[in-house]
Amino acid sequence: MYSDRIAELNPHPHTIALLVNDEPGVFSRVSNLFMKRNFNINTITVGSSVRQGISKITITFFGDDRVYEQLVKQLSKLIDVVKTIDLPEQESVIRDLALLKVRTKKVEDQNQLMNYCKAYRARIVDVSSKEMIVEIAGKPKKVDTFIDLVKPFGISDISRTGITAILRSQNGNGRN
Amino acid sequence: MKGNEVLVKTLIKKDVDKIFGITGGAVIPLYDSLYRHKDKITTFMCRHEQGAAHMASGYARVTGKPGVVVATSGPGGTNIVTGIMDAYMDSTPMIAMGGQVPVRMIGGDSFQETDMMGITMPITKHNFQIRNPEKLSETILKAFKIATEGRPGPVYIDLPKDVQTQDVRSEIPDSVSIPSYKPISSPNPLPIKKAVELISGSERPMIIAGGGCIIADAQKELFDFVEASSIPISTTTMGKGIFPERHDLSLGVIGMHGEEFANYAAINTDCLISIGCRFSDRITGSLKTFCVNAKIIHADIDPSEIGKNVKVDVPIVGDAKEILKMLMKEYSVSHHKKKDISAWVKKLQELKKATLECEEKEMEGMTQANMLNIFDEFKNEDDIVVTGVGQHQMFGMHYLTFSKPKKWLTSGGAGTMGYGLPAALGAKIGAPQFEVYDIDGDGSFQMTVQELSTAKQYGIKVIVIIMNNGHLGMVRQWLEIFQDSRYSNVVFGDSNPDFVALAKAYKLDGIKVTKESEFVEALKLAKKSKETFIIDVHVKKDENILPMVPPGRGLHQSICGRHIFTKKWEDVKNVQ
Repeated sequence: MYSDRIAELNPHPHTIALLVNDEPGVFSRVSNLFMKRNFNINTITVGSSVRQGISKITITFFGDDRVYEQLVKQLSKLIDVVKTIDLPEQESVIRDLALLKVRTKKVEDQNQLMNYCKAYRARIVDVSSKEMIVEIAGKPKKVDTFIDLVKPFGISDISRTGITAILRSQNGNGRN
Repeated sequence: MKGNEVLVKTLIKKDVDKIFGITGGAVIPLYDSLYRHKDKITTFMCRHEQGAAHMASGYARVTGKPGVVVATSGPGGTNIVTGIMDAYMDSTPMIAMGGQVPVRMIGGDSFQETDMMGITMPITKHNFQIRNPEKLSETILKAFKIATEGRPGPVYIDLPKDVQTQDVRSEIPDSVSIPSYKPISSPNPLPIKKAVELISGSERPMIIAGGGCIIADAQKELFDFVEASSIPISTTTMGKGIFPERHDLSLGVIGMHGEEFANYAAINTDCLISIGCRFSDRITGSLKTFCVNAKIIHADIDPSEIGKNVKVDVPIVGDAKEILKMLMKEYSVSHHKKKDISAWVKKLQELKKATLECEEKEMEGMTQANMLNIFDEFKNEDDIVVTGVGQHQMFGMHYLTFSKPKKWLTSGGAGTMGYGLPAALGAKIGAPQFEVYDIDGDGSFQMTVQELSTAKQYGIKVIVIIMNNGHLGMVRQWLEIFQDSRYSNVVFGDSNPDFVALAKAYKLDGIKVTKESEFVEALKLAKKSKETFIIDVHVKKDENILPMVPPGRGLHQSICGRHIFTKKWEDVKNVQ
């Protein structure tokens, strides 16, 4: 995967969230900036925020602290960016969700997959005679490991949401 | 009130009295309203939208007000793109308005439809598409706020045709707020203290003043600080003129074609104070070797400039004028003992003197250096000089001296050939009391030459001095030095037009200069002319602008200087 190659070169993933004005084109402005400034996006997700008229964009990217600093400054410069929020791994809940179509023609494969799902707290959401659709959510690393685990069955399709994250409350228990 | 009326009344409210542009299908309603308000706003019908955009830029740079350019949809819009990009690179305030097909037709590949929002997104500070006529005035006011506050820049506004003709009920507001846009202007006092501590402890300090100082009108504050501290100062291409260049402490312009003593200073300084400069590669040369032994104080209004190219020891975010005021105050009250820098200053002044003496000796014949040196003696300190892009621009940067800001307008960041003539016309419109010169190249001039017609129509007088060497001279020079003289696509030769005849074709006048002795006479003649006048100066074809830092190399690898750097490219080529 392309992002894996970047990850090898830059071992430090950063996650940031942006609060942006919910205006047409704001997503282009953000993604355009990455292209323009030669930054590499790993994942990018958009959704609503608690504030009316403000959306939240969550971005993960690889790069050293200098890249991180530049990127935050450049993003902050966009008129539609209201706020940037740093989401350090230790202080944030970071989640990814994947839907996998796994080939399970043989019964033992079905059983094995169900066992794996149990262990990973993944859910089987669709079953046919030839394949099953599995939904797995969790830390990106967990999702990656699960995908690696079921790869030998044969994965015919995959959809990932990309990463979304939220800062832990100050007295949160810090697990997961 | 209709949308077009609201639009024009909002512009009038923002003190817009000059608009540059070309009409077309999608902006007919706008121009209709401008026609009704021609007592308040003068429109200049240009011959190409690129010219219009550069005129707006020249106008903005001399007045400090945002230049307003209007183009129609599709090709009209794409033609202003170069001008917008140029303004973006040089932080020139600009309001660019483009027509657009009616809202319901957007996305249908309609006639003269193009996605100007997508196209201008990376080259503007911000852009807007107004789909709701009720938002017209509010959006225009926002655009002015964004274009002028903080670090200035261009804002593009997409105006669908139907929005211009629909009824608007809402009143034009007096002001607008943009909660997500709050530029910093007053600097934090803490880094100022730290900066003064560094400056006081340094033995070889130097200042680089960039275009930001000109935009901030910081000339007095800068002068006071330099005088008080006796720190030698160089400027960037964009900052030229912010400090009087004949002053003893002036080192002229630094960088790729900068003065060798300025580059020498940057190589040897132990404390670099940069104000309103973004450390462009044309200033720093290779970053690996730039000021490696110096502590760097970087002051800029745009936080993202700090740490972008150069690692900084003391970052200061704020308006250059405010920063210099605070620096000055802190410098005069600080208890830090100031090291003696007189040996350093003396050394630089000696190098400067020796280099200028060497240069003086070479002044003869039909060289661009000689011509511009003569022109420098001829011009008055209030005259405005605009340039195209190429060798003549760098010769101008090298040999012309200025004692005031906003007298030297050039396309610095973008290097837009064709900037000269239209920007000069815009400058003249903005500052009609001053003589305006366009120092141009034969290549650069031909890119926007049609604006001679605009000059004729509106009786705008500028003096065009073409450094005609029959080549794309700058690239010719690169090819000579770096490509073993393989002159690929740089020769105009006899295909160049007779520029005097061309002036005459536009019902203007001009004169050809082939001898050194004719030049001053030609300048005098041009000065007397009531209309735009062309001086076609036939200069030496193979002159190079030197010294030169080869692209990608460090300032210490500057080649072919006259005094400090005397090496040829062959000598430097394999040195790391």
